[in-house]
Amino acid sequence: MNRTSRRLLAGLATAALLATAACGSDDEPGEGASGSDALIVYSGRNETLIAPLIEQFTKATGIEVTPRYGGSAELAAQLLEEGDRTPADVFLSQDAGALGALEEAGGLETLPQTTLDRVPAKYRSAEGAWVGTSGRSRVLVYNPDLVPAASLPKSVFDLTGPAYKGKVGYAPTNASFQAFVTGMRVSAGEERTREFLTAFQANEPQSFEGNVAVLEAVDAGTIPFGLINHYYLYERAAEAGGLDQVTARNYLFPGTDPGSLVNVAGVGILDGKGSTDAQAFVDFLVSEQGQTFFAEQTKEYPLVAGVPVELEGLPPLEQLGGPDVDLSQLESLDETLALLDEVGLT
Amino acid sequence: MTQVLDAPARVGTPHPGRRRALLQRVGLGPSGSSRPPLVLLVPAVVTAGVALLPLVYLVVRAFEEGLGVVGDVLLRERTARLLLRSLALASSVTLACLVIGVGLAWLTTRSDLPGRRTWAVVAALPLAVPTYVAAFAWISFLPELAGPVGAFVVLTACSYPYVLLPVAATLRRLDPAGEEVARSLGLSPWQAFRRATLPQLRPAMAAGGLLVALYALSDFGAVSIMRFDAFTRVIYTSYRSSFDRTPAAVLGLLLVAVTVVLVWFEGRSRGRASYSRVGSGGARAQTTVRLGLLRLPAVLLTTGLAGLSLGVPVAALVYWSAVGDRGQVDLPALLSAAGTSVGFAFLGALVTTLLAVPVGVLAARRSGRLPQLLERAAWVGHALPGIVVAFSLVFLAVRYAYPLYQRTPVLVLAYVVLFLPLAVGAVRASAAQSPPALEEVARAAGARPLEVLRRVTLPLAAPGIGAGAVLVFLTCMKELPATLLLQPLGSATLATQMWTATGVAAYSAAAPYAAALVLLSALPTYLLGVRTGALDRTPEVSP
Repeated sequence: MNRTSRRLLAGLATAALLATAACGSDDEPGEGASGSDALIVYSGRNETLIAPLIEQFTKATGIEVTPRYGGSAELAAQLLEEGDRTPADVFLSQDAGALGALEEAGGLETLPQTTLDRVPAKYRSAEGAWVGTSGRSRVLVYNPDLVPAASLPKSVFDLTGPAYKGKVGYAPTNASFQAFVTGMRVSAGEERTREFLTAFQANEPQSFEGNVAVLEAVDAGTIPFGLINHYYLYERAAEAGGLDQVTARNYLFPGTDPGSLVNVAGVGILDGKGSTDAQAFVDFLVSEQGQTFFAEQTKEYPLVAGVPVELEGLPPLEQLGGPDVDLSQLESLDETLALLDEVGLT
Repeated sequence: MTQVLDAPARVGTPHPGRRRALLQRVGLGPSGSSRPPLVLLVPAVVTAGVALLPLVYLVVRAFEEGLGVVGDVLLRERTARLLLRSLALASSVTLACLVIGVGLAWLTTRSDLPGRRTWAVVAALPLAVPTYVAAFAWISFLPELAGPVGAFVVLTACSYPYVLLPVAATLRRLDPAGEEVARSLGLSPWQAFRRATLPQLRPAMAAGGLLVALYALSDFGAVSIMRFDAFTRVIYTSYRSSFDRTPAAVLGLLLVAVTVVLVWFEGRSRGRASYSRVGSGGARAQTTVRLGLLRLPAVLLTTGLAGLSLGVPVAALVYWSAVGDRGQVDLPALLSAAGTSVGFAFLGALVTTLLAVPVGVLAARRSGRLPQLLERAAWVGHALPGIVVAFSLVFLAVRYAYPLYQRTPVLVLAYVVLFLPLAVGAVRASAAQSPPALEEVARAAGARPLEVLRRVTLPLAAPGIGAGAVLVFLTCMKELPATLLLQPLGSATLATQMWTATGVAAYSAAAPYAAALVLLSALPTYLLGVRTGALDRTPEVSP
């Protein structure tokens, strides 16, 4: 080896040591993954949204939080792999299905009744293993310039009719769309769902990359209808400076129609991690402050009574319909995907 | 005719009989009977063991619910259909990459393409673009591209350098004698290339093609954004849907089986020929082929490819940054993420390369069963989606290395398992190109195996080892699923921050992170391109 390459090697080795040292200082303190004093929260909800909320929590309670962000499902699977040696104290999930899976594996502590009672029974675990933190409803978003409100369909099943041919936008790979299909399977049965999806597909719906793209197309009048979640419209309105600056409007299918499924994001404490700090975090999420945060930042429904939310044109939480399904059971996504694949809606 | 051509194609191979005898005597020859030196064997076995770690987990998880479940998962109609779909995608991407890679390699090394040194560097740069960035870029300009075509375009545009780089390196080093003899026997330039040069490129093409194929099989970013229902998507959704890890593990094992078959094919197509050059003096400079009338089409083609593979993602990044309504970039956060990314990727590259050296050198020098097995073991993790490797290491670290769990070493280990073949291939290729005779002489002069390794083999293979390290570095920078699950609590890399921003559809917020990722990767890619170019001794031909 010549001199230059030796020097290069020495340089690289030094850099490696420095890099190790730098990385090492990041994950201080503690002698293991769980050695830290801070409350460890696995969050399946996006950092952009949750980081400010965690800041508020730390400010209010003085409890430090170390988050790990990831997809809700991936984190749930990671928690299942980690078992009782998980470093995590709290799991914050985007949907009830991931919490349901952990609950089933016995991975969650039972929450105190006072915490659970903050939220309607429909939006929490029947066994008390997790509690919902915010709700979202599936809606039909439409463009009033193209469609008069009076002629809106009575059910999501009507969208397979000739009047809607080529006129409905949707986001087939979006988790909420898939949850809607799962909700339909659970409430209306496999056969009816298969018939609906086949007819829906034959009716030439327009597929989009995500819910935001669907809303944009409806708002611009490119297509009259779209199947999305309720809050996209209000987020857009907030950006545009008010709902009157936006053309599109939300519509809820009446009654227990599967097209108006209400799903929740929720939180649970990992088994054996029922510290006062963890409890304080969960309580903070269902406190007035936490609920107001969700209402203002995400335009989701707060689940605690008395917390105001401005959702012009939508009924309050108590009057929301949707299919009557156990949210923990919305985890049978495998069959849903196979079905979507079968009818070609991917 | 073929027989005549065979000789120059393998120019420099000494008389087989005499050579084998000599090599066996010094214990270094490519004979299966002599035992490889322990200095190489022991670390190589360790490396192979590390590479096989995910198998432990996959087998435990796959069979915990009994053979019945395994059969159910394997026999599902959807499993077979999606595997075939993915194999079709992987083979078409590989084919396209071979054509583009060999074509570009030839144009940039052997033709009088204007500015070919620059092109040699530019053509390597797509390696710096993660598939999920490229896919987002394409779909934002051409939404109708979603589907198999989009997945094909993105994967091809991002991965052809895996073929281009080794082929270009081989082309530059190739002794022109073979082609000259073929020409003197009356073959046209194309025939001479096809019959004298192409066979010499076979190992490089096979190795590069295998990397591309496995990349296409295990990629999740491009296929999910392009909404192409590929095999990896089944694995992801079975974690995502039922939270039942058994089906995912069974499917992971299936992917390992496919990999073993592909690696075996690669080994077969590599052949037994010797590719090193032994003779007096160095190889002479290559002759440059004048493109003549084909010059303009060649320039257009090269420019077009660069536009598709680099222009589209860069244009999208610029566009997203321009339309950004989220205002200013959080510079400290960006810098910190960049530092973390570079740190992790650097450690990943360093450890992976160190572990790859013994396996690569053994594979280059020995044709016995054990070195082959050890080398092939290194490939196991490469076709597995990052998330499967991540869960394997979660499982193992939580049980057996808890103090290291969710700390840098376990993340680095994941990078090793995932990207080992990139380094092993590079080490093997460059070690195979340096003549074994030099080691034989050192041995004959009384040097111990370790000394031979340190003073002869490694210095000769150093450029190739460096190139392998750079490849691993680049790939670590782009890695997302394993990094998300295994990175130390509270740390953030460019890739994870980008993921966060795209999660709330804030493309403008994602753009600076994506741009930093591409720029930081472009520098080593540039060095990689220049390194292959540095061996170029051919003067540019003035038009």
